[in-house]
Amino acid sequence: MAHTRKSQLVDPLIDNNPITLQVLGICSALAVTSSLKVALVMAIAVTLVTAFSSMFISMLRNQIPGSIRIIVQMVIIASLVILVDQVLKAYAYEISKTLSVFVGLIITNCIVMGRAEAFAMSNPPVASFIDGIGNGMGYGLILMTVGVIRELFGSGSLFGITLLETVNNGGWYVPNGLLLLPPSAFFVIGLLIWAIRTWKPKQVEEREYKIQSVEAH
Amino acid sequence: MPDANENKGLIRRFLDMPNDSVVKTVTVAVALCLVASMVVSAAAVSLRPVQQANSLRDKQTNVLEVAGVYDPNVPVAEAFESMEPHVLDLATGEFTDEFDIETFDQLATSNDPAIVRALDEDPAGLGGHMQAFRMIYILRADDGSIDKVILPIEGYGLWSTLYGFIALEENGNDIYGLQFYQHGETPGLGAEVDNPRWKALWNGKKLRDEDGTLQITVAKSVPAAGLEYYIDALAGATLTSRGVDNLVRFWMGEDGYGPFLERLKAGEI
Repeated sequence: MAHTRKSQLVDPLIDNNPITLQVLGICSALAVTSSLKVALVMAIAVTLVTAFSSMFISMLRNQIPGSIRIIVQMVIIASLVILVDQVLKAYAYEISKTLSVFVGLIITNCIVMGRAEAFAMSNPPVASFIDGIGNGMGYGLILMTVGVIRELFGSGSLFGITLLETVNNGGWYVPNGLLLLPPSAFFVIGLLIWAIRTWKPKQVEEREYKIQSVEAH
Repeated sequence: MPDANENKGLIRRFLDMPNDSVVKTVTVAVALCLVASMVVSAAAVSLRPVQQANSLRDKQTNVLEVAGVYDPNVPVAEAFESMEPHVLDLATGEFTDEFDIETFDQLATSNDPAIVRALDEDPAGLGGHMQAFRMIYILRADDGSIDKVILPIEGYGLWSTLYGFIALEENGNDIYGLQFYQHGETPGLGAEVDNPRWKALWNGKKLRDEDGTLQITVAKSVPAAGLEYYIDALAGATLTSRGVDNLVRFWMGEDGYGPFLERLKAGEI
């Protein structure tokens, strides 16, 4: 596997995106994308946690006993997440109030665990770190895309700056309330996956079954 | 240096052990947990002062905002000196000096049985108990008379407990403002409790009618009591609105600040 540094960073953006190709990390993508600011902070937090947890796990990879390897990974990831949570509470108080439980839930984000188990356990620290950054950015890209759609059409604003004056505030735009609710992210992510797979048909999975034609008697 | 050599030998020998031997598994687990717990507790302890300052400033800003005296150009701590804190005994409606104002906040969040009272009915969704003492703030006019009182309120909405303040005029019946400083309601729907246009609806409303019956309500349609007791509920946020309705009626009622408001009205404060 001859990964170049650049392909490690670029591949997870579209070609091997953790959300749209691997369909991981959907839960938090639903929860934090109703406003862009929150989505951005969440994306940065996940990127940092993935990168550093992959790096630390990779540094220890030759010493981790197989029987407790998932626990070891979890302990490292959880410690980093608590660290991020504490730092946010101290230096980005407003945002940490909105993110509340979702920061803690990074621990259970499949992307972090997935990269730790699939990549960091068998690759050197620097490569693992870059792999974590790449996957975090792939996650962030989808988060921001979904966030733009949901915030613009759900609240008529981007990053809290009003673009479409909503009726509630005396404007003309009737916001789409569905987009503010978590289920709407399913639709948006579903449409994104459809769009990407139409653009890059290679991503379409092969069927696990074949429909056999039955000969008529 | 025989010591260092011996030490190094020990570590070397440990690293060379098969990864799945019992000794190694246990040692790795213990060492990792130790390191992780040290990192986490170091972060928590060293960042705590900043975090506490943040949450204190946030709360003080909200007290000032709800009383309509917040000025972004004045440091919060300085502006907050105009607020006169008191610890209130809810049951009697009297101030108590049983507690130290400085440390009361910490005590109040501790669920200490000495200050917690069980609730038979819990319309505000407080979890079956409430604090029997609350820290309230009084804002005085230039001549020393009471201008406004700021009372902390809280209750359950749709997803979360909403924490906020209500500011009342000196007669204890006219609402000046209401504001939540912490909640986890749906952005764009329930979180519209933060919308300035909605918050402005509270200004000038009355809690009780002339007979002393609690009439204030957050509802979809105007109640029989009339407009001056009515706040239009939030569109698309029925349960959050109902939560706000319940919590305001609870805290303004007999189990909440009722006794204090009566004394305030009678001019006994």
